[in-house]
Amino acid sequence: MLLWHRLKQGLARGTHFGIVAAFSIFAAFPFYWMLITTFKRTTDLMNRTHNPFIYHEPPTLEHLRVLFFETLYGRWLLNTAFVGVLVVAITLLLALPAGYALARMTGRWGEQLGIGIFLTYLVPPTILFIPLSRVIAGLGLQDSLWSLVLVYPSFTVPFCTWLLMGFFKAIPRDIEEAAMMDGYSRFGAFLRVVMPISVAGILTVVIFSFTLSMQEFVYALTFISPAKQYTVSVGVPTFLVHGDVYFWGSLMAGCFIASVPVAFVYNFFVDRFIAGFTVGAVK
Amino acid sequence: MITAEEEGIAVTAESRVQGGARGTRYSYLLDREEWLGPLMFGPAVLYMALVVGFAFFLALYYSLSNITVGSRSLEFVGLRNFASVLGTPKFITSLKNSLVFAFVSQVLVLILANVLALALQKEFRGKWVVRFLILLPWVAPISLGTIGWLWILDSIYSVINWTLQVVGLIGPDNWPMYLGVPRLAMGSVITVHVWRLLPLATVILLAGLSAIPQDIHDAAQVDGASFWRHYFQITMPLLIPVSTVAFLFGLVFAFTDLVVIFVLTRGGPYDTTQVLTTLAFFTGIQGGDLAEGAAIAIFLFPLLLGAAIAFLRIARRAEVV
Repeated sequence: MLLWHRLKQGLARGTHFGIVAAFSIFAAFPFYWMLITTFKRTTDLMNRTHNPFIYHEPPTLEHLRVLFFETLYGRWLLNTAFVGVLVVAITLLLALPAGYALARMTGRWGEQLGIGIFLTYLVPPTILFIPLSRVIAGLGLQDSLWSLVLVYPSFTVPFCTWLLMGFFKAIPRDIEEAAMMDGYSRFGAFLRVVMPISVAGILTVVIFSFTLSMQEFVYALTFISPAKQYTVSVGVPTFLVHGDVYFWGSLMAGCFIASVPVAFVYNFFVDRFIAGFTVGAVK
Repeated sequence: MITAEEEGIAVTAESRVQGGARGTRYSYLLDREEWLGPLMFGPAVLYMALVVGFAFFLALYYSLSNITVGSRSLEFVGLRNFASVLGTPKFITSLKNSLVFAFVSQVLVLILANVLALALQKEFRGKWVVRFLILLPWVAPISLGTIGWLWILDSIYSVINWTLQVVGLIGPDNWPMYLGVPRLAMGSVITVHVWRLLPLATVILLAGLSAIPQDIHDAAQVDGASFWRHYFQITMPLLIPVSTVAFLFGLVFAFTDLVVIFVLTRGGPYDTTQVLTTLAFFTGIQGGDLAEGAAIAIFLFPLLLGAAIAFLRIARRAEVV
């Protein structure tokens, strides 16, 4: 009886381990593969008889050298950072006051407006990119990174407003009321009292806006054509892939460097992101 | 009884007196909620209306016109674009592919995410690392992750084929071309999309799982319910609302996504993976026919509207309860 119980328990544990391991490998394998490929010599990569999982020739840094010195990769990283920082700033300027106002000052009506703003997040770039390409051309922003700075907040603002709305609702009203008793105006209380204790929410918004703008593909592909003005997410797949020869080593290096560090930071904030998605469905 | 709102107003009135003592009109304005509220959310709403709202109506307008990339003026042509789009087999194929792609991938995601979420709900050593690995596909830029797959599925150097050959499942001369054969190509893009959206659905379901009160599980345990009975009669029914949310978001993301297919197959081979979004891009931007491209993209909207309505109903129901 005891043996049978032990066996059953062991089986359950084994199944659990198997499931977790299988999913982890499925999820992480492409990134592991990027890392392996990054340091492999091209002659090693391009030999079908070689076991691709191990190094037959000594590892090399050649692909990284090519990536940083012979392609525009470094420039794309800078472009991405430039757009990301400005989009974060605009998103904070628009979403912080909006989230606060909708959480505190407009009652039930504000709730509806908040849901309305959130739903615009469901209108995808793939519907809007065609008319916007014409608008961007009309504004003379074609091929300029400023076109992305102008348009990217359209997907960061709705989500962040929604997120901050939930965040501000969780702050007790007494705090601002006490501040207003002390002579702060309503807006002053928001600036001087609510903001400092909202650092966690602000940080979340910063991370999301930056990563969302870094991931964006459709607008950048549509608005920008000179290779020098690309962001990483568009430059790597279009410019590095388009040649007759695929430089797999440099390509994989470029993908790994731009994705894993950001993913690492993002990882800490995912739960808040999910809290925004599930609205009232989790209760 | 004084509600929180009235209390707030009372406090505001009090501080307004103080503000008035300083004697600036400005601070008076900053204290009136009916002014301050709109002043604070106005810029965000205005921006969204200008960019998303305006662009959306422009999309509708373009789809009814004959605008091209080079044209300086445009004429209103009624439903001609829609008629011409609906008449092309390419469009019908794309519409069908879009639906197949979105629904098949999301049904798979829902099933797999349920399994994975249950497995991750348990505490075990190294959970933090596992969580990071599983989230990677969602948190890394999708265009770059997809290139990783492009290399994994390469026609000559695919690591999958190498492994299959070593195991003895395929010979050296009949390595499948994952992205070059119609059915395989569709299977590949669906797999990559499952890979990409599985983390999102899993984390949403995990949030749902942790919201189920522990005493319900305890009661089932005491009554001696088996694992499967426990899952199908208790956990799964309670997860339905949150599963629906995960499914809806996944469906919207998959249906409107362009990146995976653009990077992997560009709609090929022979349009067997062509979807509405890629067709809109190739027609509208590369082909220069903005009007027809806009008309194709408009066909994405009905599904989005359906998802939005379903989402609102769930949100409202949760509020009532």
